[in-house]
Amino acid sequence: MTEPLLVVDGLEVQFATEDGWVTVLDKVSFSVERGETVGLVGESGSGKTVTSLSILGLLPRESSRVTAGSIRLDGVELVGMPKHKLELLRGDEISMIFQEPMTSLDPAFRVGDQIAEVVRRHRGCSRRQAWARAVEVLTTVGIPHAETRARSYPHEFSGGMRQRVMIAMALSCEPKVIIADEPTTALDVTIQAQVLDLLRAMRDEFGTAVVFVTHDLGVVADICDRAVVMYAGQVVEQAQIDDLYDRPRHPYTEALLSAMPQLTARSGRLATIPGATPPAGSMPTGCRFHPRCAHVVDECREGDRDGRVAARTLDGGGLSRCLRVGDLVLKGSA
Amino acid sequence: MGTGELVGSTPAGSAPVSEVVGLDVEFKIRGGLLGKGGTLRAVRDVGFEIGERETLGLVGESGSGKSTTGRAMLRLVEPTRGIVRLDGEDVTALKGQELRAARRRMQMVFQDPYSSLDPSMVIAESIAEPLDTHDSLSRAERQKRVEDLLDHVGLSKRYAQRYPYEFSGGQRQRLAIARAIALNPRLLVCDEAVSALDVSTQNQILNLLEDLQEEFGLSYLFIAHDLAVVRHIAHRVAVMYLGEIVETGPTDRLFDKPAHPYTEALLSAVPVPNPRRQRTRERIILSGEVPDAANPPPGCAFHTRCPHVMEICRSVAPPSVEAPGGGTVRCHLHTS
Ligand SMILES: Nc1ncnc2c1ncn2[C@@H]1O[C@H](COP(=O)(O)OP(=O)(O)OP(=O)(O)O)[C@@H](O)[C@H]1O
Ligand SMILES: Nc1ncnc2c1ncn2[C@@H]1O[C@H](COP(=O)(O)OP(=O)(O)OP(=O)(O)O)[C@@H](O)[C@H]1O
Ligand code: SF4
Ligand code: SF4
Ligand SMILES: [Mg+2]
Ligand SMILES: [Mg+2]
Repeated sequence: MTEPLLVVDGLEVQFATEDGWVTVLDKVSFSVERGETVGLVGESGSGKTVTSLSILGLLPRESSRVTAGSIRLDGVELVGMPKHKLELLRGDEISMIFQEPMTSLDPAFRVGDQIAEVVRRHRGCSRRQAWARAVEVLTTVGIPHAETRARSYPHEFSGGMRQRVMIAMALSCEPKVIIADEPTTALDVTIQAQVLDLLRAMRDEFGTAVVFVTHDLGVVADICDRAVVMYAGQVVEQAQIDDLYDRPRHPYTEALLSAMPQLTARSGRLATIPGATPPAGSMPTGCRFHPRCAHVVDECREGDRDGRVAARTLDGGGLSRCLRVGDLVLKGSA
Repeated sequence: MGTGELVGSTPAGSAPVSEVVGLDVEFKIRGGLLGKGGTLRAVRDVGFEIGERETLGLVGESGSGKSTTGRAMLRLVEPTRGIVRLDGEDVTALKGQELRAARRRMQMVFQDPYSSLDPSMVIAESIAEPLDTHDSLSRAERQKRVEDLLDHVGLSKRYAQRYPYEFSGGQRQRLAIARAIALNPRLLVCDEAVSALDVSTQNQILNLLEDLQEEFGLSYLFIAHDLAVVRHIAHRVAVMYLGEIVETGPTDRLFDKPAHPYTEALLSAVPVPNPRRQRTRERIILSGEVPDAANPPPGCAFHTRCPHVMEICRSVAPPSVEAPGGGTVRCHLHTS
């Protein structure tokens, strides 16, 4: 059996802080098959962006380091790959849509040129062909009058339009894997629906695999085949999409699902998970979620024998990092 | 077409905190028709008012002028025409010292938190900066206030001496909110202020915004794409399309009985957070050309994509009329 297209295996990442090196990703593992869309959801600050940047080899070189684990794309190891080789992969085999488009577009260049530049670098085609491709992908993502708007500078676009430029850039070379970090958050829902349709079409036509980072559980329900839930630098649950919503297997997932505001009626006070995310470097003992968990028992504070809580593999292929996964029946979303 | 129509009325007949009348914002752009420069009317004849302790939700098409409206109210971009009043005072005419004083009472939380935090300053300094410009506090008072603010937005005071790059996107957004509320403003323009946050953190911030509103009588212009969030937080909602407000109304009416075809399409496109239900959900798919703000279509701006388009829509712009159940709507379906 061949390996999945993208494999993240036991990834550990540390950042330099005033208090020395702190571990921000703790043995993160998941994989993505060809043509599969995997949602990466979880607490703000849980490590979703750091995971994405690691895959692209874009972590800051001085202040961070990968201390363990492996990332394989089509069987090729990416951790430790020389910079120039990674640069060849980026955009061509794997591309990223960043969370904050304003900081990843160059304010001094016209948006069309920025896309054309990516196309030229990877395709080695003429300027004119690259520009035509840029206009084509801008049209695909719904920028009106793309031939003229391609000549605009980033600041002349609205937030959502800049986001679409980023999406267009990521699609321009038809990569095997797209890592999309909150790609539709800045878009209105009709454009969002179009972008999701577009990703579906790419999946069907080219077998593109997508890692979709988002806080929007509606979007996850719409586009993802599977989801990986992160909390405090760890993967706490993995499941097929229907299972995740029908019957979450980790209390953090349950809390997330039950906190969602409803479109159909105004709720009273919105539900929150009590307490705050632990800062990296001072994680609670045992289960990292225990200070905030509605189902905590004494054993949770101790964890498994090594003082941590290992991920449990479940029947049906899911995974949960909860000691009580066997006896808890958690609430899903109706 | 009347200028500056008002959005419903403010609750209990109190004087509005903020009033926008006939607001137009135009940008000069490159590469218009035939490559010549042109004018882009990003905001067209927009009017509304926001009362004390009131939240007006502003939703709509990406690129329709929501951020520009918010920015023009704070004079972060100059209005081309129109009036913006804060507590009865026209801020469009203010300069220098007076403008600074008015700005203290109007703050904005941006879509992109990078733009409101100086990357070279530790975050305690960023948060305290507005305090320093406007108040004279002792060192101890200042530190206490910063810690209070961090606490308000759910961040540990241990973070105070860290730099913005050390924070995740969501954490930065909390910092931006802390900074914006530091001066107890009258009006807060929240531009996608919670969209980068996970649901629980988002809810904490929304609850916080509601508490601050109750406590200080704050008004909010709440710009967002997440319609479930808008349904929760807004008392009234305005919907924008291509620079214009096409529908307004009390929140429940607008969500339960949308009067404008664009509002209807927007609501139908919200994905349901349940995969089985989402798969069977009916969505109104908007086909047709997405118009360019630099070159708006004649007649109703939505006619190129509207499923209900009629002959008259292609040439005659619909006036704003009263919507059944409250508010206003700009659509020929409601004019005859
Ligand atoms: N350059 C950096 N230096 C130090 N710490 C960092 C750096 N970048 C990220 N971190 C820390 O790593 C952790 C994970 O951050 P990350 O940006 O991956 O979160 P996230 O899950 O993407 O959150 P969000 O949903 O808010 O975007 C956070 O605690 C953050 O403070
Ligand atoms: N500085 C500028 N120069 C030229 N055009 C601009 C400028 N700022 C905004 N625009 C244009 O004005 C229109 C409205 O932009 P605005 O940012 O207000 O939209 P928005 O409704 O906030 O969209 P989004 O939901 O995507 O944030 C867009 O067509 C945009 O391209
Ligand atoms: S291990 Fe215990 S504290 Fe952790 S999620 Fe499970 S029940 Fe909650
Ligand atoms: S005026 Fe006509 S085109 Fe415009 S929204 Fe109404 S029905 Fe549609
Ligand atoms: Mg992130
Ligand atoms: Mg905007």
